[in-house]
This record gives sequence, C-alpha cells and structure tokens, in this order.
Amino acid sequence: MIEINDIHKTFGDNYVLKGISSTFKEGMNNLIIGGSGSGKTTLLKCMVGLHEPDQGSVIYDGRDFTRMNFEEKIEIRKEIGMLFQSSALFDSMTVEENIMFPLNMFTDQKKKEKLDRVNFCLERVNLAGKNKLLPAELSGGMKKRVGIARAISMQPKYLFVDEPNSGLDPKTSIVIDELINEITDEYRITTVVVTHDMNSVMGIGEHIIFLYNGQKEWEGSNKEIAHTDNQQLNDFVFASKFTQAAKEKL
Amino acid sequence: MIFYPLGKYILLLKAVFRKPEKWNIYRKEIFHEMNSIGVGSVWIISIISVFLGMVTTVQTAYQLVSDLIPRSIIGSIVRDSTILELSPTISAIVLAGKVGSSVASQIGTMRVTEQIDALEIMGINSPGYLILPKIIAAVITIPLLIVISIGLSIWGGYLAGTLSGAVSSNDFILGATDGFRGFTIVVSMIKAIIFAFIITSVSAYQGFYTSGGALEVGISSTRAVVISCIMILFADYLVAQLLL
Repeated sequence: MIEINDIHKTFGDNYVLKGISSTFKEGMNNLIIGGSGSGKTTLLKCMVGLHEPDQGSVIYDGRDFTRMNFEEKIEIRKEIGMLFQSSALFDSMTVEENIMFPLNMFTDQKKKEKLDRVNFCLERVNLAGKNKLLPAELSGGMKKRVGIARAISMQPKYLFVDEPNSGLDPKTSIVIDELINEITDEYRITTVVVTHDMNSVMGIGEHIIFLYNGQKEWEGSNKEIAHTDNQQLNDFVFASKFTQAAKEKL
Repeated sequence: MIFYPLGKYILLLKAVFRKPEKWNIYRKEIFHEMNSIGVGSVWIISIISVFLGMVTTVQTAYQLVSDLIPRSIIGSIVRDSTILELSPTISAIVLAGKVGSSVASQIGTMRVTEQIDALEIMGINSPGYLILPKIIAAVITIPLLIVISIGLSIWGGYLAGTLSGAVSSNDFILGATDGFRGFTIVVSMIKAIIFAFIITSVSAYQGFYTSGGALEVGISSTRAVVISCIMILFADYLVAQLLL
C-alpha cells in the first residue's frame, strides 16, 4: 500500500501540485488520470523520488520515503519497478541485458539463475526468444513489454507505469493493459498507472484519482465514473461525441 | 551566476565518487571506456602529433637566422615545447572535441530518453555508474596518449628537420637529448591527468543536466567542448605558474 499525504510541488512560479492525498491499495490497479499539464506525471515522479515534493509525504507500507536518506531510499527503490512512457530501455544493451541489468547490479545469482529469470519474464510478456534483439529492432509495443519484463525482473512490490498506451494502436494498448492487470493480480503488486487513455480507465481502473489543475478533483472507480456529476471529470472523460453517445446508453 | 552551476558540478562529483554498488560491473565499464576513450583516440592523436612536431621544427628553423646559435637548439626547442605544452594541451583540446562531445551527447541522450531516470528508479547511483568509469578510464588512458603524442611529435620534428635540411640528424638528436630534465615529463603528466578529469567531468556534467530533446543534446555537446577547452587552457596556465 502507498499513501500520499498533502503533496505540493512547484517549479519556479508554476504551482503544479496543490496538496494531493490518496491511498493506493495492494493488488489493485490505481489510475491517475487528468488532462495534459494537470500534474499527473509530476505526482508519479514525486512518488518514486525523481522529484522532491515541496511539502507532504509518500509512505510505502508505513515507511516514509520522503524523510529517508539516500541509502534508505535505495532499499525502497529495489522494491519498485517502473515502466516509462518512452520505455527507457538501455540502447546499447540487448533485450536480455536490459532485463538482467538489475539482477546483475543487486543480486549474487549465478548466470544460469539470472538467465532463467530473464526467460521467465520474457515468457510472461509473450516475448520468449527475443533475448538477443536490440531496442532499436523492436516495435513500440514490444519495447513496452520489454520495459514491463525489466520492471518485474526483481519481483517488485510496487509497479509504476507512465502512459503505457502512448504511441500504441488500440489493439496493442489493450494487450499492455491486460498484461499490467494480470501482473498486478498475480503478484499482488501495488500498481499506479498514469494515463489519459479512456480504454484503460474503463478497462482496468479499479481505483482512479482525477487531477485537474494540480488538485485532486475526483476519486472513485471505473464503475462510478460513468455516473459522476463532476463537471470537470465529465468534460474530460466524455469529451468526444462517441463517448458521449456511449454514456447515454449506460 | 557562476556559483549555482559550480555548486551543482561539485554536488554531481560528490555523487560520482559514492561507493559503487558492485565493483565488478564498474570494472567492466572502465575497460569498455578505456577502449572507447584511449584506443579509439590513438589515430587522431598520432596524426596531429606528427604534424605538430613537423610544424614546430620548420617554424623554429625559420626563426633561427643567426649563425651564432647552433642548429641543435631546434631539437631542444621541439623537445621542450612538445613535452611541456604542445602535446598535452593540443591533444587535450582535440580530445575535448572527440571524447567530450561524445560523453555529453551520450549522457544527454540517456537523460532525455529517461534512461537515467530508469537507473535511478532501480536504485542505482546514476552519476556513479555513468560518470565514474569515464573519469577513471580517461585519467588512465589520456596520459598514455600524451606519452605517445610526445614520442611521435619529436619523431615528426626530426623527420621534418632532416628531410628539409633545416637541421642534420646528429644536431637534432644532440639537441633533443642534451640538457633533458625529467621534471618536464612530470609536469606534462600532471597536466594530462588534470585535463583528462576536466574533459570527462565537465562533459558529463553538461550531459547529465540536459533537459528537452535532440536540440538540447546538441547544445549540451557544444557547450561541453567549449567549456572544457576554456577550462583546459585555464588549468594549463595554473599548472605552468605553480610548477615551473
């Protein structure tokens, strides 16, 4: 479980996060949604420590991440897996080396054990046998799946996913969403996904917080979202004629 | 205005020299960087060094118009100017262009494509993993490159002098060996180590704090070369002032 309490963040004169609090439960897909510039990626980066919040705390199962020193933060980070918007695979390494990298860095496993783990992770994301390919040889969807394989290689307790569907076709997006959902469920991971993809919201949004202008505007689940009377959320979720028509049928 | 980047640079260096997570992974990276920085620069350093020596000999001979000065002085001038100034400084400036721009663009690209963030999330000290091997590799290989440069530069000077008839072979060798002080080599190596540190750390700093996209990576790379060159010349003056 991850708790965030009263998170504030500014960049110069730009007040990006204005006191956001929520609880992200274990074994659940927690979605942070909002329009461009609403502060969702900044919130995610504050949670994982890529940005220091100006005020507030991030608590991982009772451990206050924001008050920790460098060494203590590293111990928490070993329990974190993250899939980046750009996948962030290391260009100079093969798929196998990318997934093996955290294992090389933090475990004393033998090469055979590490290779078994890599193959298991690749099988899990349906990329068995792609070990020797370089990131440049992969499609966007494959890169995302290798990113997921790398993120789960250390068996994380917390999985953060930044815009998993950006740049992907609808079918591949659904495959990635389902994969995130399965992994969360299977390993009882606390998963936090930043997205503005409505298919993801409706498909895997068990717990959703909606950010608007740096503030938490709404909190609920995908079942509740269709019946909300929050104007900002309605404007965001049902922006297109297609989604408006779908809502009327609900 | 200068204090903010200076403070950031010092803090980055502090992070660079934190205890590595696993030495054997860093060792592999150091060997990889030694190959890239050292072996990868042998040709360019060799070519410029030979020509540096040749030009120094020809220009020294051109300026020695008095019959009262022995021609062997050409060998001494080529030797001392090569060891003390030309080989370390010109090689360092060339390496700032070759190695510095490569380091800045490599790290800058990793920054803008979130690869550095990925390292941080894994719990890896990214400045240490990315920059320390480069600094160690440069501090080992650049002095070796400068030793090669000194040898080739003096050989180039000998070749130009004897082939053009500006100085006889015996005179050049006599001048190059007579009155040689080993301390000049010590000064040259001190310069080489300082220049190696400047090239890699300044370029890595520029790359590490890149933000934006491809355009900014290019800007960081250019800035890395310009600032490294200025810092090299400044350090060159300081070392000369302090040690000579």
